[in-house]
Amino acid sequence: MAGPSIDALGQFSLTTGLGPIGRALNFTNSNEAMLAAAVIIVVLFAIGLKAKALVPGRIQALVEVLYEFVHRMCVDTIGEEGKRFFPLVFTIFSFILLGNLIGLFPYFFAFTSHIAVTLALALFVFVFSTGVGFYTHGFGFLKFFVPEGVPGWLLPLLIPIEIISYLSRPVSLSVRLFANMTAGHVMWEVFAGFMLLLTAGLGVFGAIASIVPLGLNVALAALELLVAGLQAYVFAILTCLYLHDAVHMH
Amino acid sequence: MDPHSAALLAKDIGAGLATIGVAGAGVGIGNLFGSFVSSVGRNPAARDAMFRDVLLGFALTEAVALYALVIALVILFAAS
Repeated sequence: MAGPSIDALGQFSLTTGLGPIGRALNFTNSNEAMLAAAVIIVVLFAIGLKAKALVPGRIQALVEVLYEFVHRMCVDTIGEEGKRFFPLVFTIFSFILLGNLIGLFPYFFAFTSHIAVTLALALFVFVFSTGVGFYTHGFGFLKFFVPEGVPGWLLPLLIPIEIISYLSRPVSLSVRLFANMTAGHVMWEVFAGFMLLLTAGLGVFGAIASIVPLGLNVALAALELLVAGLQAYVFAILTCLYLHDAVHMH
Repeated sequence: MDPHSAALLAKDIGAGLATIGVAGAGVGIGNLFGSFVSSVGRNPAARDAMFRDVLLGFALTEAVALYALVIALVILFAAS
């Protein structure tokens, strides 16, 4: 194709970060973003909790709102036992939230737009919640796959369905986050590509007309900000739901 | 038509067909927010409590549309 073309997925390609050290260690720009997300959370909390003021300042208020939001989510969803799992859920939530938000900035890398990263997170949640189930109930946890109040002749049909739906949890959990982030960034890339195509095709008139895709991109930025928070929330609350299933068996 | 361009054409048609699945998510999201609006009309006090569940339902429904999108992207870019 002549002139500029839309390379929708090129923005997700991995390069090495941190110069020669990164090349030696295979330290990618994705790892850089992960490290940045982790460092930002820790620094934010270190600053926010240093003052311990009765009337919180801005950063302390932000930190407290985040903490209480996730804490309430844990206790509401899992029950009293949720307090034990709060550190895990909070870590997952803040890591994904920061990863999504970092990815929104131009020239920054959204590590949650890689299925490898989200699948690793989802598999950890899956294995952990299954482990919690067996730890809490022993082999009685297998009763989770037997629905209650169902006539016996239906069980040979329902048990495989329950097992399949249980095993598909990590897939849906990881694909949801990955697809949301990828789709948002691809839409941005496509509309930005329209601007180049318009300018190349129609000259000055095209440059003026490309205000339309630019405006769409600005609107998309607002939507992506919503999606970034929402997907972190959804991942965290589904983690809570799975842990609830593991602890309470229903 | 030579086989190579026929394959490219089939690829584009397949990706287009894969996006039909988004229609279901459109119905789902419309249904979700329609029910939300009508139930807020009946009981405006419960708006905030319901809106959290609506957001969760929205994200779950939207994910279904994105599965279709992923299939389309895989057809277009990943499978050769």
